[in-house]
Amino acid sequence: MTARQQRMLIVVLVLAGVGVATTFGLRAFQENLLYYYTPTQVQAGEPPLNRKFRVGGLVVPGTVGNEPGKLEKTFDLTDNGAMVTVHFAGILPDLFREGQGIIAHGKLNDEGVFYAEEVLAKHDENYMPPEVAESLKQIHGEEPSQ
Amino acid sequence: MIPELGQFALIVALILSVVQGVVPLVGAQTGNRAWVRLAWPAVSGQAVFVFLSFACLVWSFLQNDFSVAYVANNSNSALPTLYRVSATWGAHEGSMLLWVVMLAFWGVAVAARSKHLPEMFAARVIAVLGLISFGFMLFTLMTSNPFDRLIPAAFDGRDLNPLLQDPALAIHPPMLYMGYVGFAVAFSFAIAAMLEGKMDAAWSRWARPWTTIAWVFLTLGIALGSWWAYYELGWGGWWFWDPVENASFMPWLAGTALIHSLAVTEKRGLFKSWTLLLAISAFSLSLLGTFLVRSGVLVSVHAFATDPERGRFILAFLVTVIGGALALYAWRAPLLKSDEGFGKVSKETFLLANNVLLIIALLVVLLGTLFPLFMDAMGGGKYSVGPQYFAAVFVIPTIPLVLLMGFGMHSIWRRDNFSRIARRLRVPMAAAIVLGVALPWMLYGRPSVMTAIGFTAGLWVIGTALFDPVGGLLDKSRKVRVTRGTWGMIVAHFGIGIFILGVTATESYSIHRDQALRIGESIEVSGYKVTFESLKPATGPNFTATEASFVITRNGEHVVSLNPQKRTYRVQRNPMTEAGIDGSLARDLYVALGEPLGGEAWSMRFQYKPLVRLIWLGCIFMGLGGLIAISDKRYRVVVKKENKASGREALAGGTS
Repeated sequence: MTARQQRMLIVVLVLAGVGVATTFGLRAFQENLLYYYTPTQVQAGEPPLNRKFRVGGLVVPGTVGNEPGKLEKTFDLTDNGAMVTVHFAGILPDLFREGQGIIAHGKLNDEGVFYAEEVLAKHDENYMPPEVAESLKQIHGEEPSQ
Repeated sequence: MIPELGQFALIVALILSVVQGVVPLVGAQTGNRAWVRLAWPAVSGQAVFVFLSFACLVWSFLQNDFSVAYVANNSNSALPTLYRVSATWGAHEGSMLLWVVMLAFWGVAVAARSKHLPEMFAARVIAVLGLISFGFMLFTLMTSNPFDRLIPAAFDGRDLNPLLQDPALAIHPPMLYMGYVGFAVAFSFAIAAMLEGKMDAAWSRWARPWTTIAWVFLTLGIALGSWWAYYELGWGGWWFWDPVENASFMPWLAGTALIHSLAVTEKRGLFKSWTLLLAISAFSLSLLGTFLVRSGVLVSVHAFATDPERGRFILAFLVTVIGGALALYAWRAPLLKSDEGFGKVSKETFLLANNVLLIIALLVVLLGTLFPLFMDAMGGGKYSVGPQYFAAVFVIPTIPLVLLMGFGMHSIWRRDNFSRIARRLRVPMAAAIVLGVALPWMLYGRPSVMTAIGFTAGLWVIGTALFDPVGGLLDKSRKVRVTRGTWGMIVAHFGIGIFILGVTATESYSIHRDQALRIGESIEVSGYKVTFESLKPATGPNFTATEASFVITRNGEHVVSLNPQKRTYRVQRNPMTEAGIDGSLARDLYVALGEPLGGEAWSMRFQYKPLVRLIWLGCIFMGLGGLIAISDKRYRVVVKKENKASGREALAGGTS
């Protein structure tokens, strides 16, 4: 191989490497984009099945329940328009409580139950996730009676 | 009275910062020496009043002056004294004042150490710092005044967020801000160089220690935050790719690139405009970080402040500073040409590759952090980018970065030969590959491609960093004189290697189990038997708690008893998890208490985290390396030489 060919080979290899890395990077980016849906949108069937997304709302008082002694628990989330049931098998964050605005990451199953992998409550008792605040505002705007 | 004094002092400081920012610049432009010299008394005066203002705020906290709204919102009479001091920067207003304090501190430090700088140049640096101070003080006074009175005064305060009542988090913000704000010095050096249209080796020698010390603070600040998140907030995670973490990590990446680029600019007079651009970027990213955290644009556990007016101000400030700096750059940087060349394989090439890869890593983080904000602002919907994206994509540029790091350390300037370096490093290379594959296998049993790569990478960096010192010990005849600068490099890179080992082991071999457990029951997790012994009430100065006792045994032998708590702070009523951790270099055992599940059962989390301490230990070594590097003789010699001819000492006298 001449020096010139060698140099060309290196350039081609580097370009190929950069190409593969970029493709991989962009794919990872796309796969990990989590879209936010409100309970109303979830009830309307907007989110895709078998893909992770985020849902947020207020924890409906009286719906948080678990079988005694079991880690798995369910609770309902509402944006005051619709409700979605969330199932979670893990430790809830310290600031999770009824009436609080929270966001859950996970997937929807066939029965319309949201299986959360992660539940986020913010570290300030007065804090409301902006997404939740906005969806509440939308609902109130459309249906002032609520 | 004291709060009013604090506010008054801040206003005086604001006025002095205008003097500090404008007069010396005009003087330097018009050749008026008296105006140029005004930089020193102005920066000293500004600092005195800023410190006074800050002291007033601390005093208000110590005195429990709940007629000050900020104190009433963030403190309480039952709060321990240490946290009453740290509560000063526990929320938005005070942390902005802390920013200003740090900036004043850096201004004074530059002024005091400026005797070896040309007068005109030093004055310009101080002036640019003054302008930045002006922006931040104006912001504080206009939108975030910590001295605002509360009428009528509160009977008692609403207490500091319990999460922040922690020693590591008490010093995390000052460290982080020292780093953030420290990049303002490098930035000011860059602006001054562009104003002068001159940038020589001496310039780099001045700029380097300042950049490095800021980087040291930022490194340690980030590490402290990570450590705190590990035991207090994150239930055992050490990094979450949370936007606020990214906000501090991006300036770190730019600063790391800058340190390496400065090395080339100092030694070889190359990469001049690139170095300037990095200096501008590092500080711009610090400002961006402040904007992200403080404007409330983020959905994040850290974003305690939400106020659009503040956001608009910081955004306008951001645009002015970055826009102004880049415009100046476009205009003046072409003046700073370097006509030296370098070989295809040389230390220059390796440092160039280092910079390119660090910037790619930076862009990876930037994309993931800003994309959701961008989409939201454009009305494109509400996205968030999962941490898996960062974890997966960040390693793409960092693997070659780490590989090249080993070669780069042993390359020489101007022209080198790759096979020479490879031959020289064949022992550490072979050792890294063999041990990298074998060690995780032997220690943890479950090998995988990623762990082999991770361990090999870590060992490769450690091996190549220690190659010369160890070689020198083994072979006394090979007496190589190693400068402090080189020692610093060795120690910092050694820290990177340690860090990589810690990350790889923790990410690959951690065991994590969430479980519902009754008193008396136990679980077995990979050889460890964890028994839930008892539950009892406990009290602290400002909280009550439920304290559990878990006994951990291994093969029947007692390992440790851990007592995690579930605390309820009296004022804010937030429940807080206080994990029980048994730490050692080899592994951490981690038990946290969840919530009561009824039927006498509690949810609990048990974790086994191998080598997790190496993550922070690595950061400490990085910081230590930086400190060793700036103690290098060549940064001091100039000072000593010129101390004798101290023409300006009187002017800087009040500050040094």
